[in-house]
Amino acid sequence: MADYDLPELKEYTEPPRLAEGAMGHLSTYPAAPAHQEALGFPGELVEGWHDKAIEKFDELLGQSRSLRVYLDACVRCGACTDKCHYFLGTGDPKNMPVARQDLMRKVYRRHFTLAGKWLPWLVGAADLTEEVLDDWYNYFHQCSQCRRCSVYCPYGIDTAEISMAAREIMDHIGKGQKYCNEIIAKVHDIGNNLGLKEPALANTLEGLEEDIEEETGVKVRLPLDEKGAEVMLVAPSADFFAEPHVDGLIGYAKVFHQAGVSWTISSYASEAANFAMFIGSYEQMHEVAQRIRKAALDLGVRRIVVGECGHAWRVAYSFWNTLAGPFDFLDPDYPVPQHVCEFTYEQIQKGALKLDKSANDHMTLTFHDSCNVARASRMGDRPGGQFEIPRAILKACCNNFVDMPADTIRDATFCCGGGGGLLTDELLELRVKGAQPRMQALKQVADEHGVTHMASICAICKSQFTKVVPDYGFDMDSIVSLHQLVSNAIVLDGQADAAAGPEEETEETAAAGQAGP
Amino acid sequence: MLTAAYAVLFYAASLLLAGGLAYKVWQYAKTPALLKIPTTPAPLTLPGVALRMGRELALFESLFRSNKWTWLFGWMFHFALLLVLLRHLRYFTEPPWTWVVLLQPFGLYGSFAMLAGLLGLWLRRVAVERIRYITGPSDHVMLLLLCGIAVSGFAMRYVDRVDIVALKAFVLGLMYFDWQPLPADPILLVHLGLVAALMAVFPFSKLLHAPGIFFSPTRNQADNAREKRHLAPWAAKFESTGK
Repeated sequence: MADYDLPELKEYTEPPRLAEGAMGHLSTYPAAPAHQEALGFPGELVEGWHDKAIEKFDELLGQSRSLRVYLDACVRCGACTDKCHYFLGTGDPKNMPVARQDLMRKVYRRHFTLAGKWLPWLVGAADLTEEVLDDWYNYFHQCSQCRRCSVYCPYGIDTAEISMAAREIMDHIGKGQKYCNEIIAKVHDIGNNLGLKEPALANTLEGLEEDIEEETGVKVRLPLDEKGAEVMLVAPSADFFAEPHVDGLIGYAKVFHQAGVSWTISSYASEAANFAMFIGSYEQMHEVAQRIRKAALDLGVRRIVVGECGHAWRVAYSFWNTLAGPFDFLDPDYPVPQHVCEFTYEQIQKGALKLDKSANDHMTLTFHDSCNVARASRMGDRPGGQFEIPRAILKACCNNFVDMPADTIRDATFCCGGGGGLLTDELLELRVKGAQPRMQALKQVADEHGVTHMASICAICKSQFTKVVPDYGFDMDSIVSLHQLVSNAIVLDGQADAAAGPEEETEETAAAGQAGP
Repeated sequence: MLTAAYAVLFYAASLLLAGGLAYKVWQYAKTPALLKIPTTPAPLTLPGVALRMGRELALFESLFRSNKWTWLFGWMFHFALLLVLLRHLRYFTEPPWTWVVLLQPFGLYGSFAMLAGLLGLWLRRVAVERIRYITGPSDHVMLLLLCGIAVSGFAMRYVDRVDIVALKAFVLGLMYFDWQPLPADPILLVHLGLVAALMAVFPFSKLLHAPGIFFSPTRNQADNAREKRHLAPWAAKFESTGK
């Protein structure tokens, strides 16, 4: 199948030897003119692209402090050089965060600093040639914007900020990426990344209601567009159909049901993801986020809860208040927005959920901290709640939990390898190689502690892992949603006795073993 | 003639340093931080942020997490440099402040630690493949400059002692615009020339990491996005879509 070698899984993380140009061939598909123009970007590489790029660069320098400061501050100390999962998995030196940044920094120096104008050879300044632009396109689409480098940089330089700015400049000269731009246009048009329209969505939710009733004997609702509901749930659209995402959605529904809180999904804002963050466009991100505000106002809800999705939670937690606030029309007694894990955790604390841990006894679990949740957001009212709350839920639902090695979890977590707008098939080689550090940590706990499953709270992580773990010898079913575990463990009021034991993943067994009274 | 040349050199270098830094700080300050991007877990309050920043400045906390060798050499160099700079205050104050006098013997050890730190950092640039890859000519020049300052400083103490009384008169003369003759000691001239060069390139080089860290949004923002609405003036133009 693949015409590349799998990276080897070793005992511990060890920086590879440099392999110059190892990933230079890998280029993501460019956006078609229609996808570009739908977002107000030029359809193809414009006449005089060089000057237009520099002009846009100048504009961004004036409106983004992070970009300005980070392009100046780097001293090339090397602290970040062995921190990027794409470097660790590929050995390509341009995947070292500092070298990736330097692709942009050398142009910055040439055009915006005295030293670069006068002594380009001394300070490593370079013109934005076609070759450099190609490097930008390839290597800024080999950054998943996971921010691991920013944790270790003595000045907090965040390569995500640089790669976002680079993609923004490229979009403005007509060199956008198909995957992101096509999806963003779909959100503007229909309301979600998948282009799932209201009737299809209604149909899906109805089907899920039937599945739950069949399995548990309890009628659990998944309401759509219900005005006056207490909570609007904004979930990543993958939760409506993909595996194991959909099992998580069922979990949320069961929690809302047990909590006795009325809730609804909006067909207008049926997407938590906001891919505009990946392309660094404030305008696009703002437009996508405004759908959430409008839907909340139209439905007259009192609270907004966000489903399991990493970058979506970053946008929701860190940016929504700026982009779509103020949320003064919502219930001030609850954080806006609230993560579904915060919601579930609160219900567990209150004792509102009856959880049968033995329902998950067939698994030994570990937890993958998703990068954007870990390093760009929070849950609860204390720093680090984003690590503690999901683990507390896990432990409330399972008897067997083991963490991966300390330097691969919490804020040192490794990206799944598919974030930042890279979850597209033509980048599979990068995705497989970039997953290596996480796979190594998983293999270690699998070997030493018999871990069988890895839970995640991000739609991209789940899709990426189910795709790449088979290459590393794991079963694709070994990736589970956190709320799937909640769903397994929760005993609904009126549910037939769960003593029948844990259901396996297959629908038939579940239905047969747990049919209602 | 020599005195005048060095006097002008130092005035020019000081102007470049102060003016250049003031310009960069003004530029950083006026550029909006559009979104909340603290690297989390982050402190929730401003005092918490001050503490985080204090740990970065005093302990190089992030670098410590990253790489112990770089941290060791880097921290050693920076704090030895600080000590050495403080020790040099005796040339600028008459009579020298008591704590500066008390510092003198430690400052001497400081200069050894400074050179050791620099050589350690330089060795990494040559010996570690990843760091060699990202190192450019200007990185070597900067190390050469700093090592040159340290070595010429040693030389004046251990090889060819300089008339420091006359030197102090020259420095004070510069400060009060009452020029006094500069001792024409070649090592001193090299030392002072390199220091002036370092001052002059500060605002045009990677030394901008010093003011930069204070403006780094991933480090200087509090984690309070939900509690407190952050809206940069630049972004206010998007505020049309109301209820």
